Amino acid sequence: MSIFIDKDTKLVVQGITGRDGSFHTRQMMEYGTQVVAGVTPGKGGQTFEGPDGTAVPIFNGMDEAVAATGANTSVIYVPPAFAANAVMEAADSGVKLVVAITEGVPVQAMARAHAFARDRGVRVIGPNCPGIISPGKSKVGILPGQIVAEGPVGLVSRSGTLTYEAVLQLTNLGLGQTTCVGIGGDPLIGTNFVDCLAAFEADPDTKAIVMIGEIGGTDEQEAAAYVKANVSKPVVGFIAGQTAPPGRRMGHAGAIISGSAGTAEEKVRAFEENGIAVAKRPIDIAGLVQSALA
Amino acid sequence: MNIHEYQAKERFRAAGVPVPPGEIATTPEEAEAIARRFGGTVVVKAQVHSGGRGKAGGVKLAKSPEEAREHASRILGMEIKGLKVMKVLVTPAEEIATEAYVGVLMDRKTQAPMFMVSAEGGIDIEEVAATKPEAIRKLRVDPRYGMLPHQGYWLANALYDDPGLVKQASKVITQLYQAFVDSGASMAEINPMISTTSGEVKAIDAKMSIDDSELFRRPEVAAMRDTSDEPPAETKARDAGLSFVKLDGNVGCCVNGAGLAMATMDLVKYYGGEPANFLDIGGSSNPDKVIAALEIITADPNVKAILFNIFGGITRCDDVANGIAEAAKRIDIKLPVVIRLTGTNEEQGIKILADAGFSAFTSMDEVVQKAVELAKA
Repeated sequence: MSIFIDKDTKLVVQGITGRDGSFHTRQMMEYGTQVVAGVTPGKGGQTFEGPDGTAVPIFNGMDEAVAATGANTSVIYVPPAFAANAVMEAADSGVKLVVAITEGVPVQAMARAHAFARDRGVRVIGPNCPGIISPGKSKVGILPGQIVAEGPVGLVSRSGTLTYEAVLQLTNLGLGQTTCVGIGGDPLIGTNFVDCLAAFEADPDTKAIVMIGEIGGTDEQEAAAYVKANVSKPVVGFIAGQTAPPGRRMGHAGAIISGSAGTAEEKVRAFEENGIAVAKRPIDIAGLVQSALA
Repeated sequence: MNIHEYQAKERFRAAGVPVPPGEIATTPEEAEAIARRFGGTVVVKAQVHSGGRGKAGGVKLAKSPEEAREHASRILGMEIKGLKVMKVLVTPAEEIATEAYVGVLMDRKTQAPMFMVSAEGGIDIEEVAATKPEAIRKLRVDPRYGMLPHQGYWLANALYDDPGLVKQASKVITQLYQAFVDSGASMAEINPMISTTSGEVKAIDAKMSIDDSELFRRPEVAAMRDTSDEPPAETKARDAGLSFVKLDGNVGCCVNGAGLAMATMDLVKYYGGEPANFLDIGGSSNPDKVIAALEIITADPNVKAILFNIFGGITRCDDVANGIAEAAKRIDIKLPVVIRLTGTNEEQGIKILADAGFSAFTSMDEVVQKAVELAKA
């Protein structure tokens, strides 16, 4: 099994005609994702040509796209100025999952969009995230399909390339994944560590969980307490940013130590105190998972 | 992006917040002239992107224009937490009866603006929150409806007993929220908000941080950026579209992705080295970005070795390798360069680098150890 997406995921791509949207739509289709529609205002009626010549219909709005195709998920590649509106349009269209890849969305606009989606019972992943992949089933976003493999590990991370690093090692050790979720590097994200931990705990195929955090905020600390109280499966953790100076934004909008809160030390301590095995180096992640599963 | 007190006050005034007048001086003579125009006692305040200005001696009361000049000459050029003071704000002193704290910030946990007010003003709010939480009244603002009148009133009631002051404070709180929204802020604070002996509520200090993602649509706020107290390399990096933070070590780091960039710095430290910087070149394989990154790193005299750590996911290794090879042709790199390249099209990438005279590693640990070793040599 997998979490959040599977073989039945029917995807609409918001911003399918843009540079990133069109490139990644082809990548997703090559991986086997059912891309059923695209949305670009003003380009309704046109079609998008997939890698094997499949024609994906383009609609002007999400409501039309969902009504015509029965899509249940959307992915957003639209520019930052329009991304929060795209999340709300998707949440109003009937899809149950919205994955927002766009980086640089104004945070106040996202605060409104998250509240809007929550009221409608719609899950948002991101923004500023690489998306989600369930090996052998579906990928939604930009995670590279060639490094993942099917298997027993659930992975959740705030970072993109650091996720690839961990996934590649797992795959090289013969440890495939049920699902890898990149929850995003922004301060306000729709799906957090606890949401993913709960879903992995409930998924019978997931036997171990990898959680990759970084400086900024207190999500990792809350996740650690959640693990102790609610997760029976082994959890391996890694925290990036031991050497990050306080008060400076480290690339991700959410990766900042404010005052004395959100340091790597405090997160590592929370992991250790709650029974999470902490990898000192990225290369140690896969080994710890292997020992936990042995 | 942090803005100065005087800039935050401009934003507050635009939203209607009662802020006493003030003018900026860059020389002691200007400070004296401004004090003379205002007449009476003035306050001379260092304008620098840092807290703790008062404790550092950066805020002084002056009873005469001459005294204002003397204070300004001491404050201008002084360093507060490593930042040099280039400007002072000269503002008339107020007759203070009481001081309160009013602030709003974007709260990660509740995903909404969170107001915090306290009748204990001029304080460190983080410290009060930790030691005396009952002295703070908090309110989550629903970002869809904004600050509602009864909510502003409820917050103001925690600050004063006098109905006249409560009414004024309630208005100031609503105006502060407006300034927060209009500026695309992630934090806005009045500390202290005072009541004067004549019964007026005023903001005599102002602090604001702007969400960087808002700047593209708010040119008037973006124009408030003051780069005078940041390392020139950071200004250059921002102009080149690179995410860069200068550090004190000697291993220059160039990585794709913020998380991997932090993990690379941590690994440098793990193997006994010190990173010279955080640098995320993003998903781009554009040679211009690679060149800008190399120029920034090599301009730092502390740097003894340069480390590339590239994980090609969607970014293709051959593209990045071409970028590095092209950059090496265009600029003369005198320092040792070690490169780790793995992922999509890794073999082609390594071959391109080999032809350009670079050796590439595929393991992150190996390349970091090598870089640390070279930096120590």
